[in-house]
Amino acid sequence: MEISGISILSLVTIIVACLLVIALMVVNALVMVYVERKGSGFIQRRPGPYEVGPWGTIQAACDAMKLLAKELFVPANVDFFLYFLAPVLAFLPVLALFIPIPFGPFLTTLKVPDGVVLILAFAGFGLLANLLAGYASNNKYGILGAGRAVSQGVAYEIPMILALLAVVFQTGSMNLSEIVEAQGSAPWRWNFLCQPIAFFIYLVTLVAETNRAPFDLPEGESELTAGFHTEYSGMGFALFFLAEYANMLLVSFVCATFFLGGYKGPILDGFWWTFIKAYAVMWFIVWIRWTFPRVRFDQLLNINWKWLLPLSILNLWITAVVIKIV
Amino acid sequence: MSNFTFLNPFAVLDEPGTYMGDFFSNNFAKKAQAGNVILNLGPQHPSTHGVLRVIVELYGEYVLRSEPILGYLHRSHEKMAEHKTAYGFLPNMGRVDYLNAIGWNWAYTAACEQLAGIEPPERAEYLRVIAAELNRIASHLVWWGAFVLDLGAFTPILYAFDDREWICDILQRVTGSRLTMNYFRFGGVGADGDDRFFSLIREFIPLMRERLKMYKALVTDNVILRRRLEGIGPMDADLCLRYGATGPLVRAAGVPRDVRKSVPYGIYDRFDYNIPVSPVNDNFGRYWVRMEEISESLKIVEQAVERIPPGKIIVDKAPKPAWKLPPGESVYSVEGARGEICVHVISDGGKSPYRVKLRAPGFSNLSVFAEAAQGTILADAIAILGSLDLVIPEIDR
Repeated sequence: MEISGISILSLVTIIVACLLVIALMVVNALVMVYVERKGSGFIQRRPGPYEVGPWGTIQAACDAMKLLAKELFVPANVDFFLYFLAPVLAFLPVLALFIPIPFGPFLTTLKVPDGVVLILAFAGFGLLANLLAGYASNNKYGILGAGRAVSQGVAYEIPMILALLAVVFQTGSMNLSEIVEAQGSAPWRWNFLCQPIAFFIYLVTLVAETNRAPFDLPEGESELTAGFHTEYSGMGFALFFLAEYANMLLVSFVCATFFLGGYKGPILDGFWWTFIKAYAVMWFIVWIRWTFPRVRFDQLLNINWKWLLPLSILNLWITAVVIKIV
Repeated sequence: MSNFTFLNPFAVLDEPGTYMGDFFSNNFAKKAQAGNVILNLGPQHPSTHGVLRVIVELYGEYVLRSEPILGYLHRSHEKMAEHKTAYGFLPNMGRVDYLNAIGWNWAYTAACEQLAGIEPPERAEYLRVIAAELNRIASHLVWWGAFVLDLGAFTPILYAFDDREWICDILQRVTGSRLTMNYFRFGGVGADGDDRFFSLIREFIPLMRERLKMYKALVTDNVILRRRLEGIGPMDADLCLRYGATGPLVRAAGVPRDVRKSVPYGIYDRFDYNIPVSPVNDNFGRYWVRMEEISESLKIVEQAVERIPPGKIIVDKAPKPAWKLPPGESVYSVEGARGEICVHVISDGGKSPYRVKLRAPGFSNLSVFAEAAQGTILADAIAILGSLDLVIPEIDR
């Protein structure tokens, strides 16, 4: 039995998987808040949260409860529809992004033939949400943050796409599962060694795409207070927060899939390798956040247009030539 | 009734008369060009570090004009001086500038001593130098952390506070407090340093030198930080002198002016130290000058701890709380962490001084901002504001 070309079985699979992905996103946010706070505490030579629960493990859950219970303060003269749409729009599309991710050999929601295109297309929604949030909230800091978010997001998407395309060229497939299958189990057969430039570009752009320090200019705490989400409180803020961590998780999974061999590992392939690699990338993002100062906005765009973009085009060209010869 | 229009959620902001700004923002908006955004930074803003308010006119992200607005932390210290006895006003000095309490202690105490002709004993002079230099280091450390925080690096401020904790512990042994220190008395100091005090200092000096090396490797040599500082916010000597800026600002502009060297007070002429003068007058110059001053202050403390003689810490028959200043006036300048602190005391021989004028270095340093920030990007303007090392309570007094 089929509904518009999709069998009932796979439809049920998709629904179950989406629910699992929602659970993953929420659990991930809780885990990452704890990891980030403990990690920053470790870097800054302080204990971090330790009071709530054993070693402060319930701190993140308590914070979530606090945000749920907080009053939603809506400032005067906001665009009501867009103001409330923006946090939802930031959070929901991330769900679709997890569909093509191969967590394990059999743990994939849907083996989408053009998975890369799906990810890159839906990733743009987060940008739109930031723009709407800044625009609708009737705040000058918000509109400045929204402007920054758009020009940064648009700029950094291009080298990101080109870096991923280099891997796609090499594999000859846009299916993420096939990209993982094309890589070997041993670490030296993963893509980051034969595509070092693409890996480097991707690492830089993933920080910029997730609006994390040192590229957190749309939020730019020291000049824009909180940028596009200045006027959001309670769950509005929590959804942006959740979306940020979900985006981090997504780019880390994509990084693991494209460059770090996905679910393949030196011993015993399986979904645990995907998670280990993704969380290693996440820790990398946390680490640089607490180490580096923020770049200035024009410097940020200069890095992209003058360095990353030519480099990624060059890398793509070299990849194409090498594939043609070999 | 007109105040209500601002709170009315259905009001259109662009309609004239519906947006009720205060006097300052309305006055500032009069000169704005059409289409530019007027942005109000503060009084509550993460990077004004206190209750400073700056109104800026933005074209895109470029700052066309800016105007600092003061007075949100005015506590009328100068007026209080006219109602307290000279001795009773001493605790206020720790509260004018919470980061550099000892500097203010010194300026006021010395101004009164000059008027009354009191000479503090030798050991007290050494203790004064040790306390003042340690306080300068603590102040620069806090500035360093907060400035780098303005540039978006979250970690260094906690490292800086970690080191400052040492200084707080050391100064707590003699002053009794960790922040609003009230150590100096007319004719000496309040308490003598014990063995633990000196051994803590001897431990701290090599530790701090190691930490400075780490700061250089971690922060000063970071490429992002260098790009954010070098060539940003140049302030030449002419600009600084026109506005009366002092301290690290003017030394970064290439003027070797430091009260400790140019008009030596206390016993500063007995120590071997340099006044760092930066070859570049941008943000990095000011950063470099302050970091160098930390190591120069360490040198002074090291020498003072070695040479400190035994003896009294306060003169015999030191002024009592009800002591009356003799009639006359006196002016005394010391080099604080932020620049030249100058106290002008006028007395008519009554119970309390007739007038006490406090010259805060931050006030003059802040007035440079509007001109220096003109034409920079907002993020750079914030960096320039941070590089001035402002302590708002000191500016508002």
